[in-house]
Amino acid sequence: MTAADFSLFLPLAVLLIWATVLLIVDLFIPKERKGWTASLSALGLALTLFLSLRQWGETASGFGEMLRVDPFATFINALLLLSGLGGVLLAYGSIRRHGVERGEYYTLLLFSVSGMMLMAQARDLILLFLGLELLSIPLYVLAAFALPRLDSEEAGLKYFLLGAFASGFFLYGTALLYGASGTTLLSGIAQAWSQAGRNLFFLVGAALILVGLGFKVALVPFHMWTPDVYQGAPTAVTGFMAAGAKIAGFAALWRIFTEALPGLAPDVTPILWALSALTMLLGNLLAIAQKNVKRMLAYSSIAHAGYILMAFVPFGVPQVRDVALAAGLFYLITYAITNFGAWAVVSALERQAGQGLELDDYAGLGSKAPALALAMTVFMLSLTGVPPTLGLIGKFYLFRSVIEAGFYGLAVLGVLTSLISAYYYLRLVVIMYMRPGEPQPVANPWLNLTWGAMAILTVLFSLIPAPLFWWASQSVLR
Amino acid sequence: MSLELLLFLILALIAIASALGMLLSRHAVYAALFLVLNFATVAVFYLLLNAPFIAMAQITVYAGAIMVLFLFVIMLLGTEVLPPSPVLPWQRPLAFLLALGLLAESVYLLFFRQRLTLSLPATIDPFSGPKAIGQALFTGYLLPFEITSILLLVAMVGAILLTRKER
Repeated sequence: MTAADFSLFLPLAVLLIWATVLLIVDLFIPKERKGWTASLSALGLALTLFLSLRQWGETASGFGEMLRVDPFATFINALLLLSGLGGVLLAYGSIRRHGVERGEYYTLLLFSVSGMMLMAQARDLILLFLGLELLSIPLYVLAAFALPRLDSEEAGLKYFLLGAFASGFFLYGTALLYGASGTTLLSGIAQAWSQAGRNLFFLVGAALILVGLGFKVALVPFHMWTPDVYQGAPTAVTGFMAAGAKIAGFAALWRIFTEALPGLAPDVTPILWALSALTMLLGNLLAIAQKNVKRMLAYSSIAHAGYILMAFVPFGVPQVRDVALAAGLFYLITYAITNFGAWAVVSALERQAGQGLELDDYAGLGSKAPALALAMTVFMLSLTGVPPTLGLIGKFYLFRSVIEAGFYGLAVLGVLTSLISAYYYLRLVVIMYMRPGEPQPVANPWLNLTWGAMAILTVLFSLIPAPLFWWASQSVLR
Repeated sequence: MSLELLLFLILALIAIASALGMLLSRHAVYAALFLVLNFATVAVFYLLLNAPFIAMAQITVYAGAIMVLFLFVIMLLGTEVLPPSPVLPWQRPLAFLLALGLLAESVYLLFFRQRLTLSLPATIDPFSGPKAIGQALFTGYLLPFEITSILLLVAMVGAILLTRKER
């Protein structure tokens, strides 16, 4: 290991060491002062964010090409670290109220974030797999964190069993790609592909990896776990999981397919097309039937995975590829901001764990807590894609790039499913404003900060999206 | 008949017999011990194949650590003797069919496809030695190695968290 290698690894190393030390420090922090653990973990994330942003513009590989720093990785890292900060805020505002406050929560969150960062930076299938596991194992534990509560235990166990199964798929795919190319490096696989040409091992290996990652980001045939896990896990965990795991999973998917298997595009594009279409359709249709807000948002997050995947469908069309990927990255920002805001509102209405999560519990929110209702309205509009919110801009860029690549059907489907989704998003708005009720939202300063800031950002960035889109288009994988 | 073949045949017999013994014994502790014997025999196979490191890993990890855990669990749960299980009517015919399929496959592979067109790259000679493996782990694969240690730490912390009783 040389000094150059280490400087590439620095942000990740700082986060990992910080988390390990925090694990010990937390033992000496008394039970009623766990706020210290929360602030220390936030400090670690902020420090890593600073170090990571200092790498902006750099393009280099280290550790024998295994670890990569490029604008794409820096962009995803920044987004992941901000999601981690959002996760800490959300947790600090709610887990004590829900009786699940233990210091390990924050350390596990830090470990999970470092796994996600590793997935964005790894250029080696072994390292990618380790990142995937380092992301997942803390999330399994966090999902079951409200332990004596049965639905949380169920969520943890279900996520663990299906997640282990999906990891098996990923690993099997890795083994096949290794068998076909004799290396686990993404660049080596691309080289072996160009020499050996189209053969069955590459195809099956790529398909298995797609299944493994498709599970993590909840694409439709592999989405079964999502509603139960999102509903059973503590709300703060769900908010973090919905954003972080998706961002990391898509980052890995993008990197594997563009760097290792670019020649596979003609074979993969129809599959991606179908997955994206199915995910948008089923996610939005099933969300209509939900009575529970957490389940509704779970199906909504499935549907959004379909929209994000849309950006990846034209990866075989060279002139559109970069624009589409930039649109996808932009949509990830959109999704993360809106998602954290919406989950913060859900958490504010969940006075006790598992209470106040039905749609009817939101009745009367418009007159009782107008600011909260307004923020939720903004998030719902953004998820639908209605002006003046960030969701509209994100979807506009997405649909435009897909149309440029000639996938008209997919764009039409995207618009139609957005129309369908308006039904259940706006139903919640109608319930909040039109129906009388006595909701009892919690006024926690940290939660207020989260949903307030996210609502403002959602509107603000929709008015000036150019800097964000510029940043996204600079961060495309090349 | 060379010595190596003789050794192989004896070991193969032991391996098959211990695997059968594990399946057929109704006493869970006996079954676990048969499995240990099976693992140990497989370890000797690895030695025959010139892979001493994998052989030692097989003994320490599988025959040692994992099987001791198995025995602990069996004895702690106190379910040494299995209750007679209900006989499923379709089980025997299905097992017979599957075994027949396996037999047909191996006969085909052994006798009718003598020249398998599989050409694997030759492994580097000291590939299997502990020195080569150690060198690979601490140079080329340093980063995955370190990440694995973190991963194990996280898994351990998670397991303790989930099973600890609240005081």
